[in-house]
Amino acid sequence: MSDTTLPPTVAERKTGSGALAHTIYVLRENPVTALSFAMFAFFIGSAVLGPALVPYDPLQTNAANALQAPSWSHWFGTDNLGRDVFSRVIVATRLDLIISVSAVALSFVIGSVLGAVAGYRGGWLDVVLNRFLDTIMAFPLFVLAMGIVAALGNSISNIILATAIINIPFYARLVRAEVNIRREAGFTLAAKLAGNSDTRVLAFHIFPNALPPMMVQVSLNLGWAILNAAGLSFIGLGVRPPTPEWGIMVAEGANFIVSGEWWLALFPGLWLMLAVFTFNLMGDGLRDIVDPRRRT
Amino acid sequence: MARRSSATLNRILQAIPVLIGVVVISFILTRALPGDPAVQFAGAAATPESIEEVRRSLGLDKPLPEQFLIYVGDLVQGDLGQSVSTGRPVATELASRLPASLELTLSALILSCLIAVPLGVLAATRPGTWIDQLCRILVTAGVSLPTFFTGIVLIYVFYYLLGIAPSPLGRLDFIYLDPPRITGFFLIDAAIAGDLETWFGALKQLVLPATTLALFTLAPIARMTRAAMLSALAADYVRTARAAGLGPGMVLYGYAFRNALLPVVTTLGMVFSFVLGANVLVEKVFAWPGIGSYAVEALVVSDYAAVQGFVLAMALLFVILNLLIDLSYSLIDPRFGTSSK
Repeated sequence: MSDTTLPPTVAERKTGSGALAHTIYVLRENPVTALSFAMFAFFIGSAVLGPALVPYDPLQTNAANALQAPSWSHWFGTDNLGRDVFSRVIVATRLDLIISVSAVALSFVIGSVLGAVAGYRGGWLDVVLNRFLDTIMAFPLFVLAMGIVAALGNSISNIILATAIINIPFYARLVRAEVNIRREAGFTLAAKLAGNSDTRVLAFHIFPNALPPMMVQVSLNLGWAILNAAGLSFIGLGVRPPTPEWGIMVAEGANFIVSGEWWLALFPGLWLMLAVFTFNLMGDGLRDIVDPRRRT
Repeated sequence: MARRSSATLNRILQAIPVLIGVVVISFILTRALPGDPAVQFAGAAATPESIEEVRRSLGLDKPLPEQFLIYVGDLVQGDLGQSVSTGRPVATELASRLPASLELTLSALILSCLIAVPLGVLAATRPGTWIDQLCRILVTAGVSLPTFFTGIVLIYVFYYLLGIAPSPLGRLDFIYLDPPRITGFFLIDAAIAGDLETWFGALKQLVLPATTLALFTLAPIARMTRAAMLSALAADYVRTARAAGLGPGMVLYGYAFRNALLPVVTTLGMVFSFVLGANVLVEKVFAWPGIGSYAVEALVVSDYAAVQGFVLAMALLFVILNLLIDLSYSLIDPRFGTSSK
């Protein structure tokens, strides 16, 4: 990002209704973005209310009713232990969202602090941080996540930690670049002259300018974090059966696909795909709202 | 020319600090983390005595800097430790399985480049047409597809429903014998041996997993090709070339495409990162006997040395691939090495 225009916060203050009008305009012009917001609301709803609303207990087995194809009583069919796939898919939303949201939040915070300090101070700190980020990026990221989980121990919190670590470089680099170009800006110097401390200038005057591009990154990253976490649990890391989680449900369902029981793997996989799709579309839409010039 | 080769040398030298960083991080992953590495290296079924023995044999009772030197010394000799589950050296095991992974990854990459690059070019030259829309849909859907899920859907459709794909179990159906091992790539080995039947057998097994991986990598390559082509076509030199009366084919491929290739090649670096990670998942889905499924098996039985050896091997592979990409720049870009800093 090399924008040298007024920081968005200033622009917004001047034309408060303009930003809202622009958002409405983008949503009307691009119904796909509106759809992605609606789907996001649906996923949040499933995560919050899902466990209370589903028709069956996601863990309750019923051997007499195993491997039933989708029907009116079991919308997504039942699995090899007779558990209701629909209930499991909906209940799993909460866990998958918790994993990805906390991972992204962690990397957002750590990446922001590292990037802001390095971008503001510059010098050896900047060099060291860049070397460190380069080293993380020198690993294929999913493989590094596997290594971290294997080293720290196989648990959900370590999945979150590993996903956060491999995402830190994206945030740190973004914030570093945004902070660096505003280090000597007029408003920064004015704020310093007014007697604000370095920390205060950095946190309340410079950093907020990095937020709009960060939001886009967060949305794109959420989808990626879900894919990553589901991939890890697909190969048997983190979430353990019988906990409902999309990746592990696909893994379990994969054993039945060659004998034709497609619904075991299809529905959790489809939900996973929809969630990632939603976050990606939302990221593109947010980019249109935040920065109309970068539309592709 | 001298400048060019010194720039090449410079790029190779730049890989060294990255390599050192990779080795340090994998050392941290193996030794310096909380928890007792001796317990993890000894495996799930270890007694207190065997843990003590592992501790001594790995030198874990020594201070960390000394351990690091020993670790680097072992690495230089190609020693990644012993696998607890198979009892064989991890390095040997990885080396024997690496060709399978490379065969899968490379054929997937070739396949996706063959589709994505022309698609991106077509989408850029005909903006707003159905090809452009198709490209957009593929790009957005492609990045949202979990590879393991795509693989399973492909198995269901082509193996179970249509019955045209072979059973998704490994590199070659059991009715064929493995071709004599020369490169470890079944397609190449079978071709060298002149065994057409085995060659087709290996190809049939390869098609589905390679397609799965290719679908995954299609999106970033097509997206980048389209964007790079669009900006190249809008550039002044293209207008000049057109004004000078060059034919549309010459303008498109001789001028715009050659310039658009540079950012596409850069994207390949990121694509490699994705593809090496996705490789693990695809290998598990198709029971492909590569290093990815080796790592997954090792994870299941807590075979610690094997997993960490795999992580290091993948990182080294990735560093080498990135180096190759940057060096291929010198072939594509005649300006390489002439712009001094």
